[in-house]
Amino acid sequence: MSKIFEVPLYPYQRSADQDQATPVRHKVVVVGAGPIGLAAAIDLAMQDVPVVVVDENDKVSWGSRAICFAKRPLEILDRLGCGDPMVDKGVIWNLGKVYFDERQVFGFNLLPEQGHKRPAFINLQQYYFEQYLVDRVRQLQAAGKPIELRGGNKVLELSQDETGADLTIGTPDGPYRLKADWVIACDGAASPIRNMMGLDFVGRVFEDNFLIADVVMEAEFPTERWFWFDPPFNRGQSALLHKQPDNVWRIDFQLGWDIDREEELKPENIDRRLKAMLGEDISYELEWSSIYTFQCRRMDRFHEGRVIFAGDAAHQVSPFGARGANSGLQDTDNLAWKLKLIIDGKAPVTLLDSYDAERVHGADENILNSSRSTDFITPKSEMSRIFRDAVLDLSERYEATRPMVNSGRLSVPCTYDGSPLNGPDCEAMPERTRPGSPLVDAPVPGGWLLDRTGFGFELMTIDETAPDVVDVDGIEIKRLALASADDADGYLKQRYLGDAKSAVYLIRPDQHVAARWDHYDETAVKAAVLKAIGR
Amino acid sequence: MSALNTQANIKGPDEFYAELLSVHEGLSKAESDALNARLILLMANHIGDREVLSQALRAAALKD
Repeated sequence: MSKIFEVPLYPYQRSADQDQATPVRHKVVVVGAGPIGLAAAIDLAMQDVPVVVVDENDKVSWGSRAICFAKRPLEILDRLGCGDPMVDKGVIWNLGKVYFDERQVFGFNLLPEQGHKRPAFINLQQYYFEQYLVDRVRQLQAAGKPIELRGGNKVLELSQDETGADLTIGTPDGPYRLKADWVIACDGAASPIRNMMGLDFVGRVFEDNFLIADVVMEAEFPTERWFWFDPPFNRGQSALLHKQPDNVWRIDFQLGWDIDREEELKPENIDRRLKAMLGEDISYELEWSSIYTFQCRRMDRFHEGRVIFAGDAAHQVSPFGARGANSGLQDTDNLAWKLKLIIDGKAPVTLLDSYDAERVHGADENILNSSRSTDFITPKSEMSRIFRDAVLDLSERYEATRPMVNSGRLSVPCTYDGSPLNGPDCEAMPERTRPGSPLVDAPVPGGWLLDRTGFGFELMTIDETAPDVVDVDGIEIKRLALASADDADGYLKQRYLGDAKSAVYLIRPDQHVAARWDHYDETAVKAAVLKAIGR
Repeated sequence: MSALNTQANIKGPDEFYAELLSVHEGLSKAESDALNARLILLMANHIGDREVLSQALRAAALKD
């Protein structure tokens, strides 16, 4: 039986561009049809920005790879019109257990907060994730949106001047040239584009190897995340068990630094490890295995002239905390509306500097969290191990140290504190929705708050009057009028009003709060809009 | 803002010191190190105040 990731989804087809005497110019070329590149292209196409995605392959990614998708990325996917298939297929989980040596130290419940459309997390194989994104591309094409996906198209050369980039693309029919006003490089941690441009990618190397074995098995284990520190079946190392759809289980063994990769990847050696962990009588089919090492690093800034980097191409973290794909989706969420305004001539090119500022801030937060998890999982000194073990030993008996147990701090959305785009704050209102924060979902009449926003600037009013539309130099700000009379469960009060009697929130196209006041003031709103578009 | 109390604050200092040593009796160096680490974590949690904890860490490092 062939698996999804063995079937060409966007096979090479000769493009008319290849027969032109002079290179065809495109608005945006996205390099890489992974989760981040596809999300970027869908976002732009939905805003009628013509976009061509080129990828040297023609299939979804090989093996499960990223499997854990957090709430904010699911909300972004809802905005992109493809959240439902992901959540319908995905495995929703809330419970986790931590083991140390032979004992269960404690269990935890992520206790998802009520009043949100989407769960805290789903587990879903990256190949499904990419497949649903490709499905969405096809849907948009059928609706006449300007999006093209070219498989078997590999970028060989890139140069740029102040108006755009020149690309040489290799294909099975030989090379051809393209021009692009903008290039978005989503070509992964090894980013060939970054290398062609000679840009630095520095950070910290972790001397460790991890073996992933994704197995298909009928198992009785519950839908929980199980993490082992120093278990009998993998002494001195860690291990992880986590469920994916279709009875696929992610099993992750820490191996240490000095290993023989080829030896470890032999099926008989993986089999030995699995049986030591799960029992001699398990039956399973090995779907995918891989050994990975990781680094925590990022580029100095995420755009260089007309070339913009997103996802792993711009920043790389350890897998602990599911901060790779999840943060990449927040990159394109941040980027697409800015690029749209620049292309339409409504915002200055310097608005892209705020993409650097905000997403470098996000990357640093992810790298910090991910490095701390790694230091807990793999203590780097004798004293570090002594404290780590002390935390685990105490946690079996006392609640006191459980918050220090760090087997990955799971991805939460980034608040752009200190962003140059942030406008005024109102102190009477809740901290979690301060300027720079992503909107916190809440039930509103007829559905969910996050489904009512996105793509354009909005003025959300609660118990306050304002015009239905405010025009700021050709940018339409639409009003979303809410009332606490419709807020029986108190979510709006808890998440947006706080101690204020009424509220006016200026919301960016990426559903982040730009500014907020306790009353409507046209002059203040207009100033905040101009600030939020970098003017 | 609270400050780290660096004045004498334990009633019966000799008894406390003896009790501190006695829990280490018969332990190997590794077991004692582990016990000390657990003790630090429990006491730190009891203090809770992040500023006081930072002051204690600096004071213990003999850096202030």
